[in-house]
Parts: sequence; structure tokens; C-alpha cells
Amino acid sequence: MALLQISEPGQTSAPHQHKLAVGIDLGTTNSLVASLKSGFAETIADENGQHLLPSVVQFQVNNDNGYQTEVGYIAQQNASNDPMNTITSVKRYMGRGLEDIKKHSIYDFVTEEDSVVPRIRTIAGNVSAVEVSAEILKSLKLRSEEALGGDLTGAVITVPAYFDDAQRQATKDAAKLAGLNVLRLINEPTAAAVAYGLDTGSEGIHVIYDLGGGTFDISILKLTQGIFEVLSTAGDSALGGDDLDHVITDWIIEKAQINEPEPNLLRQILDVARQAKEALSDNETYTLSLNLGNEQSWSSDLSQQEFEKLIKPLIRKTLTPCRRALRDAGIESEDIQDVVMVGGSTRVPLVRQMVGEFFSTEPLVDLDPDKVVAIGAARQADVLVGNKSDEEMLLLDVTPLSLGLETMGGLAEKVIHRNTTIPVARAQEFTTFKDGQTAMAIHVVQGERELISDCRSLARFELRGIPPMVAGAARIRVTFQIDADGLLSVSAREETSGVESSIQVKPSYGLSDGEIESMLKDSFSYAQDDIDARKLREEQVEASRVVEALNAALEEDGEKLLSSEEQAEIRQTIDELVEIAQQNDQRTIKLKIEAVDKVTAEFAQRRMDASINIALAGQRVDDIN
Amino acid sequence: MAITLTAAAAEHVMRFIENRGKGEALRLGVKTNGCSGMAYVLEFADKVEEEDNVFEDQGVKIIVDPKSLIYIDGTELDYGKEGLNEGFKFNNPNVKDSCGCGESFNV
Repeated sequence: MALLQISEPGQTSAPHQHKLAVGIDLGTTNSLVASLKSGFAETIADENGQHLLPSVVQFQVNNDNGYQTEVGYIAQQNASNDPMNTITSVKRYMGRGLEDIKKHSIYDFVTEEDSVVPRIRTIAGNVSAVEVSAEILKSLKLRSEEALGGDLTGAVITVPAYFDDAQRQATKDAAKLAGLNVLRLINEPTAAAVAYGLDTGSEGIHVIYDLGGGTFDISILKLTQGIFEVLSTAGDSALGGDDLDHVITDWIIEKAQINEPEPNLLRQILDVARQAKEALSDNETYTLSLNLGNEQSWSSDLSQQEFEKLIKPLIRKTLTPCRRALRDAGIESEDIQDVVMVGGSTRVPLVRQMVGEFFSTEPLVDLDPDKVVAIGAARQADVLVGNKSDEEMLLLDVTPLSLGLETMGGLAEKVIHRNTTIPVARAQEFTTFKDGQTAMAIHVVQGERELISDCRSLARFELRGIPPMVAGAARIRVTFQIDADGLLSVSAREETSGVESSIQVKPSYGLSDGEIESMLKDSFSYAQDDIDARKLREEQVEASRVVEALNAALEEDGEKLLSSEEQAEIRQTIDELVEIAQQNDQRTIKLKIEAVDKVTAEFAQRRMDASINIALAGQRVDDIN
Repeated sequence: MAITLTAAAAEHVMRFIENRGKGEALRLGVKTNGCSGMAYVLEFADKVEEEDNVFEDQGVKIIVDPKSLIYIDGTELDYGKEGLNEGFKFNNPNVKDSCGCGESFNV
């Protein structure tokens, strides 16, 4: 007899039609899977009743059946004895190159001949971060299928808001390896908002403070009529609960006077450090003890006060992105309704206290901070898989950086501005620069700066087949469209002829958090320089447009309408303009363009008269009126 | 005859309704579908239709439309676990046979 769940009114699915979907929080330290049962989102426990799955994979052998691994608690226990084959915090290595990951890593990274992907050398062979993550996902998939009694239709997997394209792609690849159909990747803070927002239904501005194992994210969200709008996001992808463990580790190493600890010992110290962090959330002191081998041991007390002194600088570091997110969202801390705490490290009382003081509000801790993200993902998965047709949730996200295209003179014209909610479509009209121009190169860029050279190039494509027209007559409509998954497509269409061309790009391609951050910083500090540079470039472009137009006119009508002295005068003034335009003085160029206008006014008048005469030739006055 | 609930089923129904935040009754019924003829309907109920039969057991209000009642009268709704999976079961005395998985049945 099948086990049934309660559906929404009128939503009972036909037998064998109910689609099973889960939300997965693939965390740095721990992972979780959740699903909706009778309208109730819950994390799924393993056969021992444990909800958390430590994101730890121990590689044992590699045979015909693939890797033999232990995942979760057993692997975590084995980590001290088998540190080189037991991979922890693999999320930090997802989509990263060798250079980024060597620091703070005990593993033996290698790259194989034909690939740049760093691999960890283990007893079972060299494994990539994607393969390690796939093992974690496989374990969660197996658990869900047992608990839900059937095959999964799909899963929503959460990623940090600042994960770049390579990191997101790596996460998708891991899911594919694990045999999961990814319905969508959603940002962790957004998932947390879904979990909280829909449960409590309170409208207003919410801050999601997510201090996970390996990443810190701050998101400012606005909830109106059941719709979440992400006002801004900021974060630090290299700061998390693990770092709290690391400062305690460093403290232990210093106190115990250990030089260059062996991997086994370092692993033991890390375990002790983590236990200390957890214990000191509820207790005044904690006794740390280490087994140093050779029947030697070390132990010391760590007080809560001393612990707080150690971690305070790290927590203060989280407040910088908080400030930036507030500024980006254009709000003051008093506008904030509440602060949602996510991630196991937000159990540390000092974190709650400092965050509460910063936002002048008592942080929300209603839901288990470890489970919030998975629960939100499960709700979203249920909607995406089609089990809920009414009360659809509309999730709005934002673009981290502005998107635009290159215009004449190497200037960036922004089409979609930073922090615009997606999905979005924006169109802008451009025109041709030269007479008879039949093609246009479209260069899509990302960034906040005014000059193309300071922005990140995303894609280039060409619009061909524009009918020959005078400069400025063609109307080329360029449309930027970003879908709900964050994929950008750009299309260009010449309106009079209907010729079209388009391209699809991934907006965050190749940008790491650090790069996004430094691009943002640059745009603030170079704002005035950029404006000056822009003005100069615009003037230079105008000058060359004038030169272009005059040369064309001289070519066509010079002989007919001008004396040779007049022609010489115009040619001389054109040469002067060309020379001045090469210098970097916007004002001089501007004055010279005005001077050229005066010199050529008579010529322009004669051309106009001439073309009117041609138009009127052979027509009677009556026909014209 | 009537529709009844086991204690475990009643406890879970109450919890789910409370969590949902609206609606106060549970609708049971059947619809023609599935590999063996008919399938059960188990839904939250926001309103009671005029012709509906209303039962109450252990504080849970149960609504059944008259057509469905013919097929499920005397049913006891149970809640159980099978391994990691858990959910509701219809112990329906009218059933002659059901499909392998039990999601649909025949009377």
C-alpha cells in the first residue's frame, strides 16, 4: 500500500504522477536535503536519525564499480587517521584553479596532462572537486529516494550568491555525475528567504546574514505581496565558520608550541577547535586536549571571553559587506524589518550580538540556522517540478554587475544596470557611424567603469546586412535579456530592414568574487576620472564624425560648389581638427569643432540649395505646394 | 458507517493543518484514474460544499462528497512508516484489489 501525502485543494495528482523533488544545501561543512510532505517542508534524516551530512568524503579504492567511498559521519571520524584520502570542505575548491586553492589546504593537488582542473591525489586515484561533490550528492540522493519512496524528478541545489559561472557550472556537473536532474541553482540567501518569508508572511525589508562553513553572504531582500525582490547582495567567499576553527587552531598550535604539525595532528587539532567553538556557544569555558603521540598529551582551558577576542576580528570583517549591501540597496539600517540568521556559526552568541547591534534589531533564529536553506530549496523545487500550480512563488534575483555594450571610442554604454532584478529585458537604440555602413560589431561587456578597457568582455557578435544608409539613419535596436537562471542573451535588429542577429552569454562568466568586488571598488574610486575620460572620448568621436562627413561632402560636391581657395580652406581646417582631436583636451576639441562648423556653414548652405534645385528641377510650382 | 482516523493519523493531520495556517478540514475522496480504476484523493479543505458529508473524529473534521462515500465508507485513515518513508494509508473495507503499488484500487 502506497503512502499518501495531503495535497492542496484540487491538486491531487493522478496515481504515479506525483513528482518527487528535493532541495539540497550543498554546504562547505555540512550538507542537507529537504522535501515537502503534506505541505510541510522538512529535512530528511538518514537511518540513524541524523539530518546533517558532513560534507566529508573518504576515498578507499577504485575498482570496476567506480570509487569506493565513505561519506558523512563515518568519513569524518576516519579523517584523523586517513587525512590525505579524506576530503573536507571541497566546496572551496569547486571551479577554482590550482593557484587559488593551495593555501590552507592539506591535500596533495596535481594537475593531469590534458587538463587544468586541479585534482587531489588519493589512494583511489586523482579526484577532482566535482567528483568529490558528486559523492556527497549521491549519498543525499540515495537517502531521499529511500525516504520518499521513488525516483527523484529533480532537485534544486543552492550555491552562495557570489559563486561565479565556473563555480556554478562545477556544481551542476557534480549533480549530473550524481545522476540528479538540476531544476535550478538558487542562491543560498534567497532560499533562506523563501523558507522564512512564506512561513511567516511578513512584508518588508529582510536581511539574510549567512555565515556558513566556508562562505559569508549578506543579502537584502524586499518582500511585497509574496514576491521576493533581492535589493542587493554582497559577501566574502573566503570567510566562514571554518575560519573561526582556524583561528582556534592557530591559537592551539601557538599555545602547545607545535612546529609544523603532521597532517594527522593538524586534523586532530582542527577537530578539537571545532568542538571548542560549538561548546563555547553554551559554556563559559572549554578544556581542549590533544593526543600528541608517544603517550604525550596537551591540554588547556579556553574561556568564552578569550574565544570571543580571537574571533571578533573575523566577525567584524563580515560587517564590511553588510555596509556595502545596505549602500547598494539604498537603505538605512532602520528600514530593516528583521535579520535572518543562517549557518551553524550564527549560533555563536557574539555573532548574534554584533549583527544585532549593527542592524539595531534582534536577529531571527526561529528556524534551525543549519536547515533554513535546504527547506527553502525544497519549497522552490516543489514549485518548479509542478506540484503546486497556485500560489506560485516568483523569485526575483539581481545582476551583480552592469551589462552593456561598446560604443564608438571605446565607451561602455550600460543597458542593464547593476542590481537590476532578473528576469529582465531592456532595449536601447543605436545607429550607424559611417555613411553606407552595412555591418555593426556588437561587443557585450560587464562592469561599472566608463571605458571598455576597464570592463570585462563577455561576448562579441556582428549584425550584418544593414542596408546602406547615411550615418545615423539606421535604427538598430539592441535587446539585453536575462532569464531566471541568470543567462544573458543579446539580440540586435535593424528596424527598417528587419535584419537580426543574436548571441547567448553567461553574465558572470569567469569573474570571481574578488574580481567583482575589485571592479566595484574601482568604479567608486575612479568615478570622476571616468567621467572626464568619457567626455574626452565623446568629443573625439564627434570630431571624427565631423571629419568623416566633411570629407564625404567634399568628395561629392567640392568641385561643383566650391572654388579651389574655399576647398583648400576647408581641407586645412579639417587637418587642424584631426590634429587637435588626437590631443587630450576635451575643451579645445569642442572649440575647434565649433570653428569648423562656421568655416563650412556656407558650403553646407550651397549643398542644401543644390539638392533642392535638383529636387525641384522639371516640376511646376503647383505640384510642390 | 463513517470515516475514522487512527491516533497517529489524527496527530499528523492536525500538525499539517496547523503548519499550513488555513483550512480546518481534510477532504477524502476518490477519482477515476490510475492503473486499477480508482485513486484516492487526500487534500486540505478550505470550504465545505452543500452536498458534502462531514465526519469528525479525534478533533479532525473530515469531508467526503457523496459519490466518493460509496467507495470509501468505513475507511480508517492511518499514518505509518515504511523505512525512511512515511505517509497516510487508506484502510478501505470496500477494496477488492489494488494495483501493485496501491496508489489505485478497484471495488
